[in-house]
Amino acid sequence: MTAFGKLIRTTAFRLTLAYLFLFGLFAASLLGYFAWNTRRLITEQITSTVNAETAEVGDIFGRRGLRGLVLTVENRALRPGANLYLVTTPNGQAIAGNVGSLAAGVMAQTGWSETAYRRLDEQDKADHRALVRVSELSGGFRLLIGRDLEERKRLFGIVLQAAQWSLLVVVVLGLGGGIFVARRVLRRIDAITGTTQRIMAGDLTGRLPVGRSGDELDRLAENLNAMLERIEALMMGLKEVSDNIAHDLKTPLTRLRNRAEEALATSGNEAEYRHALERTIEESDGLIRTFNALLMIARAESGQARGNMDDFDAAEVASGIQELYEPLAEEDGMTLRVETAPTVLRGNRELITQALANLVENAIKYGRPAALAQPLSAGAAVAPESREILIEARREGDQVLLSVTDHGPGIPEADREHAVERFVRLEASRTLPGSGLGLSLASAVATLHGGELRLGDAHPGLAATLVIPASSGDTLAAQTSDVPQKKA
Amino acid sequence: MRLLIIEDDRESADYLAKAFREVGYVADLAGDGEEGLALAETGDYDVLVVDRMLPKRDGLSLIGALREKGNRTPVLILSALGQVDDRIKGLRAGGDDYLPKPYSFAELLARVEVLSRRRGGPAEETTYRVGDLELDRLSHRVVRGKEELTLQPREFRLLEYLMKHAGQVVTRTMLLENVWDYHFDPQTNVIDVHISRLRSKIDKGFERPLLHTIRGAGYMIRDGIR
Repeated sequence: MTAFGKLIRTTAFRLTLAYLFLFGLFAASLLGYFAWNTRRLITEQITSTVNAETAEVGDIFGRRGLRGLVLTVENRALRPGANLYLVTTPNGQAIAGNVGSLAAGVMAQTGWSETAYRRLDEQDKADHRALVRVSELSGGFRLLIGRDLEERKRLFGIVLQAAQWSLLVVVVLGLGGGIFVARRVLRRIDAITGTTQRIMAGDLTGRLPVGRSGDELDRLAENLNAMLERIEALMMGLKEVSDNIAHDLKTPLTRLRNRAEEALATSGNEAEYRHALERTIEESDGLIRTFNALLMIARAESGQARGNMDDFDAAEVASGIQELYEPLAEEDGMTLRVETAPTVLRGNRELITQALANLVENAIKYGRPAALAQPLSAGAAVAPESREILIEARREGDQVLLSVTDHGPGIPEADREHAVERFVRLEASRTLPGSGLGLSLASAVATLHGGELRLGDAHPGLAATLVIPASSGDTLAAQTSDVPQKKA
Repeated sequence: MRLLIIEDDRESADYLAKAFREVGYVADLAGDGEEGLALAETGDYDVLVVDRMLPKRDGLSLIGALREKGNRTPVLILSALGQVDDRIKGLRAGGDDYLPKPYSFAELLARVEVLSRRRGGPAEETTYRVGDLELDRLSHRVVRGKEELTLQPREFRLLEYLMKHAGQVVTRTMLLENVWDYHFDPQTNVIDVHISRLRSKIDKGFERPLLHTIRGAGYMIRDGIR
């Protein structure tokens, strides 16, 4: 498309054309009305002047006879810019006045008529037009009084010219303005289009130019930029996940493959094969678990789980988790205590349960006091309160806090933010089994509910707290309820 | 035991059929939703294993059509969509159990056995007996031989579930789902710890162990060797 073609296709330009047409029409009708009224006014003025003079001259004829009439007419006809006068005898002969010739038959009938005429004293041969009134005097004499219409014509001409000029000005200014506005808009739209094309080509860092005027295009650009921001964040998340998946699934997959290969090459009897196969299954189960956790995190992060919001008591969830993990904690020489007040919460119960379970599993795995890590005999010396893992559910203002506190080594402050990231396993925990996804999932679940996962210091130990707005489920569910759920 | 496997992936369908036949099932195969529905309506099957995403007619609509016609054959849904919402959707559509892919055959087999037993077995009994172990569901009493055992409420429910499916393999996930009503994968051996506690109460000090660990699958309560 040519630049001009693009220009005249813009909305701004089309609107300009429409307005131009309307304004032209308006100006034309205004001037037309003006011209018509002026013409009527002039005609009226002529009529009344002629009427008055006819009456006056008729009166003179009545009082002073033909002689007085002729004298008066001759006198008046000689004045500069005089009206038209003609007096004829009953047989049609002109006896006084300033009219040289008239269209045929004008004098034959009385009353108003428009006619071509020529003055007596005029050199030129051109006819002029005049509005005349013929009246019959007593004795068969006829009197014609009239006025040249040149003035009216000239005025009409002026109006016509004014109309032409004004139309020209309207068209030029309108078109110019239209092109100016359209080009301005077009330039901004072109800038936006250029950016979007760059973005579509894969450069997600591009942002639309935002002007300072705060007009509708700026607001649109701002919103689109916010949208791009979100998309970029999601894409980054996706990329990170796929990179991590590539790394953290490839490593165990390679191990799996190596082991199978080795078994194939070196195993001599059924028992060895069997052992290798069992290890293979174990390894793939671990892989599946990691995969499931990743999917769950992705799902929580993308907000898909928002559809399933229910009211439930966070205290019940905490007690349930305590009951499930109590024996496990005891086996590791620790105790699980739960401290709750009824805390009703609206959210996805299963996800919150799982997030809490992850925190408790973490506390059991990594929250052992340093002394307990020694052989059992030394562990007996550890004070009972530092063996305790505390699960709490309570309400603080309009937030629900679900926290798990242990008295293990904790996480150094510098590492806390890092610890929540996917697959991050801090140095201290690298030797223990685990996928490195527990805290990520807990954090994703909290974020899904509009809250956050806080990692704090329990002096010593780790206090991991899910902070969830008590009413989050309502607003979040409302936000997504009108979005059709993805079909399976 | 007759089984219908409705699965469009030929390889996994063949693998499943072969594996089920090896443990003594009669397994028929259907490759798409329409064929599956026709077979399910005409054949007398004990359990249907239905993949959720099928050509021609998806798994959920197939189950809906069956249920509408009054067919109550137990259905186990297999699906790559393993999330909570999907499971709930599957069960609401009329499925009896839901197993996300990938699954182990042991898990699938255990669940199919439980489903088939549910259909043919007697109505809920008030007393379960395995060997000399007796569990009274009304009075919540558990007796082994002549000795009365004291169980925590959750231990009681765990034992109840195991004894209800005596002689059948029960997987860890099944226990977590049915005894605790949790639907996630613990990253720890938490179920094993509960089982070992229960075992110490019901088997310790008795000559014949009743609660057995089935390697690679789960647990089973039974008297001696089947």
